[in-house]
Amino acid sequence: MSGNRFRSVGVAIALVLLATLPLWVGNSYYINVASQILLFAVFALALNVLVGYAGLVSLGHAGLFAIAGYAAALMLQAGYGHLAADTAAVVITLAASAIFAVLALRSTGIGFLMITLALGQIIWGIAYRWASLTNGDNGINVATRPAPFGINLTGAPGFYFATLLVFLLALASMAVFVRSPFGASLRGTRDQPLRMNALGYNVWLIRFFAVLFSGFWTAVSGLLFIYYNQFISPQVAALTTSAEILLMVISGGTATLLGPVVGAAIVVVMKNVVSAYIERWNLVLGVIFVLIISFMPDGLVPGSVRLWRWGWQTVRARLDGWISSPVEEHGR
Amino acid sequence: MMVQITSAQAAILAVNSIALGGLLFLLSAGFSLIFGLMRIPNLVHGSFFMLGGYFGVTFLDRGVNFWLAALLSAAAMAVIGGLIERFLLRRLEGQILPQVLLTLGLAFIIADICLMVWTGDPWQPSPPPELRGTAQAFGMFFPLYRLAILGVAVVIAIALWLMVDRTRLGAMIRAGVDDPVIARVMGIKVSQLFTLIFCLGAALAAFAGVMGAPYLSVYPGLDFEMLPLALIVVILGGTGSLLGALVGSFLIGFLYNFGQAMFPDLAYVILFLPMVLVLVLRPQGLFGRVEA
Amino acid sequence: MTTHRRTVLKGLLGAGVSAVALKAPTVLAQTPVKIGLLTVKTGPLAQGGIQMEQGIVTFLKEKNYTLAGRKVDFISADTGGNPAGAKTKAQELIERDKVHVILGPLAAFELLAITDYVRDHQTPLISLAAAEDVTQRKANPFVIRPSATSAQCCHVMGDYAAKELKYKRAATISEDFAFGYEQMAGFQRVFEDNGGRVVKKLWPPLVTPDYTPYIAQIGNVDCVFNGFAGSNPVKFMRAYADLGLKGRIPLLAGWTAMDDALLRSLGDEAVGVISVAFYSADYGSESNKRFVAAMQKDYGVLPGGYSAGMYVAGQCVEAAVQKLGDAGPDGKTLAEALHQISVADTPRGPVKFDKYGNVVGDVFVRRCERKGGQLVNTVIKTYSNVSQFWTYDEKEFLANPVYSRDYPPAKYIE
Repeated sequence: MSGNRFRSVGVAIALVLLATLPLWVGNSYYINVASQILLFAVFALALNVLVGYAGLVSLGHAGLFAIAGYAAALMLQAGYGHLAADTAAVVITLAASAIFAVLALRSTGIGFLMITLALGQIIWGIAYRWASLTNGDNGINVATRPAPFGINLTGAPGFYFATLLVFLLALASMAVFVRSPFGASLRGTRDQPLRMNALGYNVWLIRFFAVLFSGFWTAVSGLLFIYYNQFISPQVAALTTSAEILLMVISGGTATLLGPVVGAAIVVVMKNVVSAYIERWNLVLGVIFVLIISFMPDGLVPGSVRLWRWGWQTVRARLDGWISSPVEEHGR
Repeated sequence: MMVQITSAQAAILAVNSIALGGLLFLLSAGFSLIFGLMRIPNLVHGSFFMLGGYFGVTFLDRGVNFWLAALLSAAAMAVIGGLIERFLLRRLEGQILPQVLLTLGLAFIIADICLMVWTGDPWQPSPPPELRGTAQAFGMFFPLYRLAILGVAVVIAIALWLMVDRTRLGAMIRAGVDDPVIARVMGIKVSQLFTLIFCLGAALAAFAGVMGAPYLSVYPGLDFEMLPLALIVVILGGTGSLLGALVGSFLIGFLYNFGQAMFPDLAYVILFLPMVLVLVLRPQGLFGRVEA
Repeated sequence: MTTHRRTVLKGLLGAGVSAVALKAPTVLAQTPVKIGLLTVKTGPLAQGGIQMEQGIVTFLKEKNYTLAGRKVDFISADTGGNPAGAKTKAQELIERDKVHVILGPLAAFELLAITDYVRDHQTPLISLAAAEDVTQRKANPFVIRPSATSAQCCHVMGDYAAKELKYKRAATISEDFAFGYEQMAGFQRVFEDNGGRVVKKLWPPLVTPDYTPYIAQIGNVDCVFNGFAGSNPVKFMRAYADLGLKGRIPLLAGWTAMDDALLRSLGDEAVGVISVAFYSADYGSESNKRFVAAMQKDYGVLPGGYSAGMYVAGQCVEAAVQKLGDAGPDGKTLAEALHQISVADTPRGPVKFDKYGNVVGDVFVRRCERKGGQLVNTVIKTYSNVSQFWTYDEKEFLANPVYSRDYPPAKYIE
C-alpha cells in the first residue's frame, strides 16, 4: 500500500520534472543532452524487450537503427515528405526485423547473439562500402526537422518535448506489454521454453513478435536520432553502437522499465558531459561497467532497489529495537 | 561490379591469404577454446591482441630479440588473463549478459589505457632480421615474414593439437567441451582448468599481436578490427574445435583477400554472410560437434 | 590544458552571470576571446586530434593566452571521432560555453555533420578537414580553411609528376572515402592535362588490415600516387616495400601520407618518397622555427600538418581580432574579418583567403631522406600562391561537379 503510494508520488514528481525540464535546466545545451538521453532510452527500451523479457541478446540492433535512419534520410533527400519518409522507414525496418528474426531465431543464447552480430556487421558493411547508395563515410544530411501539426521542432525545447512525448509513449507501451498476456508468455519462453512448448504455445512465434515489437521502437528511436543530428553516417551502424546500447540495458538492469533509461542516461552523460572534464572518460566508463558487474551483477536499478530495501530494513530493525527495548509499552 | 584479377595477382593474394589465415589461427585458437569450454563470449579477446602487440613493440624498442619479445608479451598477457578470469569472470559463470558487459567494459578500459600509454601513433616494428627479405619465385616477390607467420602458426597448431589430443590436460579439455556437467561429476578440477585455458588463450592472442605487428602495425582501433574476424573464424569452424579454428582461419584469410580485391563494394557482405549461413544452417560450425 | 577545465567549471557555476557580462557593451577591450577546439582525443582518430590540440596550445602559450590585447579562454572538446559526437560537442561549445570561434573538427564527416549548424548559429569555424565543397559549391560564410582542400596539394603533385619527373603512366591508391576521391581526382586532372595517364585507381576501405590485395593489382606504371591518412600510410608503405615494389616503382604521396609527424613511425620504406604538403617542418620562416622548437621542447615531437594547421588557425584568429579592434569578435563580423585578413609570417609561409574562405598559400614538394639517423622531408620545390582552383578558371571549375570517384572520368584505365 505505502509502496504503491510511494511509487505514484515518485512517478508524478518524475513527470513534472521531465515536463518542466527546459524551464529549470535553462541552457539549450543541457536540453539537448536531455533529448539525447530520452532518444537513446527509447532505443535501449526497445532492445530490452529482447534482452530482458525474451532472454535474447542482440548485438546487431545498431543495424536496424541505421536502416530506419538511412531509409528516412534517403527518402527525404529524394524529396519525399516527412510523413512518407518516416512511415516507409518504419515499414522497412519492420521488414528487416522480420528477416533478422527468421535468421536469428534458429538459435538462442550465444547463437542468437552471434547471428545478430553478423547481420549487424553486414548492414554496417553495406552502409560503409556501398557508397553509391549511402554516400559512404561522408554520410547524408537531413535538411529539416518535421513540424507535426505545425509545431516547430527546430529549437532545443521543441525537439525535447517531441522526444519526451515519444519516450513516454514508448515507456507506456512497455508497461502495457509487460503486464499483457503477450509479455507474460514472452517471459515464459525466456524461463521455461520447453514447458511453454508443451503447453501448446508457439514459442517461435512469440519470439518473432517480440523481435518485431523491438524493431518498431528501434526504428522510432532511429528516426529521432537522425532528426536530432540531422545527419547519418556508417558509424551509426557499427558494432560499437550495438555494444553501447547493450551496455546501457545491462548496466541499468534488464527486464526492468527504468533500467534501460538509467543506463542510457549514464552513457550519454559520460560521453557528452563528463568528457568535457575528464579526458579519459572512456576509461572511467569502462571502470563503471566493471564495478556495476562486480557489485550489482543484475544492473544498477535492481541493485539499488535491493540496497535501498536492505538499508531500509536494517534501519527499521535498529529503530524498532531502539524504540521497543527501553519503553516497551509504546511498542507496536 | 566484379574486378578481374590476373593469375599473378591471384598467386600473391593466395600467399597472403595463407599468412593472414595463420595469424587469425593464432588469435582464434584460444578464443575457440575459451568459447567452447567456458561458454564465455570473450569480447576482450581483440584487446588482448592489441595490448600484446603494444607490449611487443615496447620490448622491441628496448632492443629485445623479436621472438623473446613475443614470448615475454605472451607471458605478461597470460598473467593479466589469469587475473581477469580469477577475480572478475569467475564470479559470473554461466551468465552471458554480465559476461558481455564485463568483457566489453574491460575492452573500453584497455583501449583507453593503450591510447594513454602508447599514444595514437601507429607502431610498426621491423620483422626479425633473418626474415626481412623477400623470396622471389615465378617472377613474383613474396615477403619472407608472411611465410614465417604461416610456419609459426603451423608449429603452434601442432603443439596445441598434441596437447589436446595426447595429454591428460587435453583429455580434460575435451571432456569439458563435450559435456561440462559430466566432466565436473568425474572430478575434473574445472576451476583450475578454466583459469589455465583463459591464460593460454590470452597468451596466444598476445603472441599473435606481436607476430602481426610488423605486418598489420599496432594502432588504436586494432582491437575492434580483429575481434569480429576472430568471431567469424570460430563460428565458421565450430567452437572448441582446433581443427575448425584452423580451417576457419584460412577460409577467412582467402575470403578476406579475394573478396576485397574482386568485390570491393560487397567485401563485408562476403565476409559475414558465410557466418550467418553457418549459424543458421549448421549452428555447431563446420567442425563442431552437436551439443549434448 | 588545465586552464580549459577551470574555465568550463567557472562557466558552469556562473553560466547566467557570464551570459549577462557578454552583453554589456562597456570594457570591450577586456572581453576575452573564447576559442573552442573540436578535436578527437579518444578512439582510432586520436593521433591527428591530439596533434591539433598541441598545435593550438603551442600558439596560445607563445602568446601568453592573449590575442590583440584580449585574454583567451580556451576550451577543448573531444568528439570521439564521430559525426554525432561532433554535433553534440559543437552544441556544447556554442550554446553552453558561447565561444566566439571554433577550431576543428578533424575529419571531413565530422565537418559535414556540423556546417549547417554553425551557419544557423552564426559561429565562425576554422577547420583543417579537407572536404572540397565546403569552400566551393556549398561555400559557407562561417567556414574558413587555413590548411588546404583535398585536391589543393594534389594538383601540384600532378604538375610536378608530369613536368619535372616526366612520368607518363600512374596508378593511384587511396582510402575509399571522399578525402581519397578528391585527392586522387585533383592529381589525375592536372597529371592528365599535362600529358600523363592514370591507368589504375585503387580504393581500399578506410579500415584495411592488409593492403596486399590492392598492391597486387598495381600493374606496369611509372609511379604510384598514394593519399592514405591516419595510421594507414605506415601499413601501406611497409606492405609496398615487403612486396618488392619499393625499388621498382617510385612512390608519391599526399600530405597526410607523408606528414612530418608521421615520420617517427616510419622506417626505411619511406626513404625516397616524394610528397606534397601545405606545411613542412623543414620550412625556414621565423614563426616556423619558433613553432618547431616549442613543439620539440614541450612534446618532443616534430610537428606535422595537423598541429601546424592549428597554429596557423590561431594566427588567423589573432589577425581577425586585431582587425576588428574595439568591435567585439562576434559571429558574423568575426567571420567576415577572417575572410579578409592576410598573415605574412606563418609556419607555412604567407597566408590569405579567397572569397570562399579557403587558403591561398604555398605548397611544398618534398623528398624523404635519412639525415643523421632521422627521417626528414627535405623541400625540393615550393609552389607559391596556390589556390584551391589551381590554374583553372574559377567559374569553369565550379561549374563542373565536385571531385569524386567518378569525376573527372578516368579515360585511360587499363
